Amino acid sequence: MNVNFTLNGEQKSIEVEPDTPLLWILRDELSLTGTKFGCGKAQCGACTIHFNGNATRSCVMPISAVIGAEITTIEGVTSAAADALMAAWKKHDVPQCGFCQSGQMMSAINLLTRNPSPSDDEIDAGMSGNLCRCATYTRIKKAIREASDNLGERA
Amino acid sequence: MIGQLPFTQYTASQGMSRRGFLKVTGGLSGGLLVAMHLPLAKLAMAEIDSVTGKQTAAPNAFIEISYDNTVTVMIKHLEMGQGAFTGLAVLAAEELDADWSQMKARHAPSNTELYKNLNFGIQGVGGSTGLSNSYDQMRKAGATCRAMLVNAAADKWGISHELISVTRGTISRLDTGASLTFGDLAEAAAKLSPPEDVKLKSPSEFVLIGTKLPKLDTAEKSTGAAIFTQDIKLENMRYAMVAHPPLFGAKLRSFDDTAAKAVSGVLDVKPIPSGVAVIAKNTHAALKGKNALKIDWDTSSAETRSSAALFDEYRAKVDTLGATAASTGDVEKALKNAEETHEFTFEFPFLAHTPMETLDAVIRINSDDTVDAWLGSQLQTVDQGTIAGVVGVDPTRVNLTTMISGGSFGRRAQPDSGFAAEAAHVAKTQPKGTPVKLMWTREDDLQGGRYRPLTVHRFEGAIDNEGNISAWDHAIATQSIVAGSPFEGMIQNGIDPTSIEGAQAPCYELNDFRMTLHTMENKVPVLWWRSVGHTHTAYAVEVMMDYLLEKAGKDPFKGRMALMKEHPRDKGVLKAVYALSQKGTPAKDSARGIAVHRSFGSYVAQVAEVIRDSDGLPKVTKVWCAVDCGLAVNPDIVKAQMEGGIGFGLSSILHEEVSLGDGGAVSQTNFDTYQLLRINEMPEIEVVIVQTENPPTGVGEPGLPPIGPAVANGWRRLTGQMVTTLPMVPAITKMNQEA
Repeated sequence: MNVNFTLNGEQKSIEVEPDTPLLWILRDELSLTGTKFGCGKAQCGACTIHFNGNATRSCVMPISAVIGAEITTIEGVTSAAADALMAAWKKHDVPQCGFCQSGQMMSAINLLTRNPSPSDDEIDAGMSGNLCRCATYTRIKKAIREASDNLGERA
Repeated sequence: MIGQLPFTQYTASQGMSRRGFLKVTGGLSGGLLVAMHLPLAKLAMAEIDSVTGKQTAAPNAFIEISYDNTVTVMIKHLEMGQGAFTGLAVLAAEELDADWSQMKARHAPSNTELYKNLNFGIQGVGGSTGLSNSYDQMRKAGATCRAMLVNAAADKWGISHELISVTRGTISRLDTGASLTFGDLAEAAAKLSPPEDVKLKSPSEFVLIGTKLPKLDTAEKSTGAAIFTQDIKLENMRYAMVAHPPLFGAKLRSFDDTAAKAVSGVLDVKPIPSGVAVIAKNTHAALKGKNALKIDWDTSSAETRSSAALFDEYRAKVDTLGATAASTGDVEKALKNAEETHEFTFEFPFLAHTPMETLDAVIRINSDDTVDAWLGSQLQTVDQGTIAGVVGVDPTRVNLTTMISGGSFGRRAQPDSGFAAEAAHVAKTQPKGTPVKLMWTREDDLQGGRYRPLTVHRFEGAIDNEGNISAWDHAIATQSIVAGSPFEGMIQNGIDPTSIEGAQAPCYELNDFRMTLHTMENKVPVLWWRSVGHTHTAYAVEVMMDYLLEKAGKDPFKGRMALMKEHPRDKGVLKAVYALSQKGTPAKDSARGIAVHRSFGSYVAQVAEVIRDSDGLPKVTKVWCAVDCGLAVNPDIVKAQMEGGIGFGLSSILHEEVSLGDGGAVSQTNFDTYQLLRINEMPEIEVVIVQTENPPTGVGEPGLPPIGPAVANGWRRLTGQMVTTLPMVPAITKMNQEA
């Protein structure tokens, strides 16, 4: 089927099998490999993208559900929250293996966009869908807190 | 750059031969590239780039200096999150007197002679040896390179090298103050012979080592730009999945691929030794094709025992006397004469590594019978040789590119190279020149074996009438990890050291001590899993010790200190962690547990603060950690590895279990049934590095072993529950229901 949607601000029109998860369209067809496969069952969050502005697991979202939607991947994020988070990630040297980090970043951006100063419990709630096998969680938390503080100062 | 080619260059590069690799990645047609392997006299000849005519890199080297002044360090070990890129690069940068901002890292090519692990004799990493075996080697590489740059400057300026200084990447002449960059001198230096001998700095002269430096790969890994094997896309590449047997030891009898072949995008279905491969135009088609296969498996020689049955068998075994691994005094007599004895059996399940990136590889067999392989390999020499064997070519014809991997924790260090073999078998079914990417699903990963072995420990400890621990009788029943593998030579006198490490020589003075082993057999493939034998020995030893100390009326900290005689480094970390933990205010209704354990040459002690959550289950609120890894080359990486080891260990002791159900099939399929620690369960962690004047030892694994017993000891103190069956959450749930 033919699917039209907006990807990172650009119009896309692609011919695909309707049951193909968005994840594989992004990775195999559109060569956007920042979004990762980790489980295929929306359990790990490595495939997190923004679907009409909401953090969503692309591994279980059929492309047929994406018609007319606005999709943003790690390659296309541009916002004050994204900048603040990426700077904080760098400062705290958050990643170890790095594989889950695109997904972590997409969830963190979603969190701070909706709630610029989350409590620790709110950070837990916003980020608990993203597994990190290297357990970089303490640094993720620190980086989110710091990005939140920096956003607050700028506002 | 974190060493991997940008995506587009993969597709652009057809040959990916060694020269092609260098041309693409070098980008600036080379510069100085020095072979620092020993002996130094064996310097590889520099090559002339056919395109630019400039002298370019010799491939056998550790350091490349480009004309643009970047210094790229070739990293011989897999970067899997443990920090190999940054850790090894700083060693070279230190002796080179480079500026950290000019440093880059990328994986070295696969070449056993040049890039072997000096502890192993093959190219590969494990046992937390990456930094320790490279410590002198990479510093010598840096110092040699520095000497060549200085000599080139001396020639250019016509002055003695004594009038030249190098500071933070700038080469200056002391008389006039004129200066040059490394890049300015790269071409001239490349023409010089490396000096025979170089003097290394003493630790007091270190400028970079021991300081907090930004990691070289953080930016790419925070923006989705880092390229993993999963991300490789080559021209005409095909995507493969393999259907594996449902039971360990089952074999393919027959299959019906009618429905699979009808899936749009499926190109081919082929039997291979490990299952049935589906080859498709894209990942989704390969997945659908795999699911559509109808396969008849021959299970006549498969493992059909359940985990419960294996536990029964192992438990019965530890009641008999096994092979003696270590013994002092007369433990039987001491037990007989004891005032009181205490006996416990500990049960540890199979565990899966579950790195976030599932196993994957890209292999292309070229028409000239060379092979290009891309994968995250912890054991390059073994994988290269195995791929060569499957394809039927000499290993020198296999060009293995090591890719950064999304974790590994031992998963990509398969002694028999089973995964690389599978990838090669799949590639072999396809036309020559066709790259094939094989990817496992999470289900393949969790059900595919190569687990931390299921293990049972039995302990009998005694306390004499003076309140001293008077006997320590410890038996282990577990599968050998190395038996039947190329690492079988590690077995000495019937004892696989990976089965008992951490138990045969505890840091405590125990006069009547015995440690015995039963090596068990079953068909479930097992593997080293982050910290290997220490995953279970540290738990059993430290929980048993804590219990006996309590029964003897001793304080867990002071009691341990009193039992340590000739163990200054164990004592050092124990003391340090105790002092650190005393600074914090205890959480309401909490208790603390302590544990200390030496593994892979490093010493770690931890204190865990535990509370009982509203569901009656443990919640770890805070962990204090002290580590002595000798010289801490990268203190922040040391801390990060302690944090990671604690999180990984906590995940396993709270939640993780791979279990074989009745009939022998694995019950867990994905992260919904194999639960990992999530952010809401991660404790706050404070790490202190205990500096000692010892050479650096590893940190990738040693942070893990103490967390389990520290939590268990805290929990026992809080609730009286002695947890001897792991994982804790189901075990405590059961205890609570029975109470």
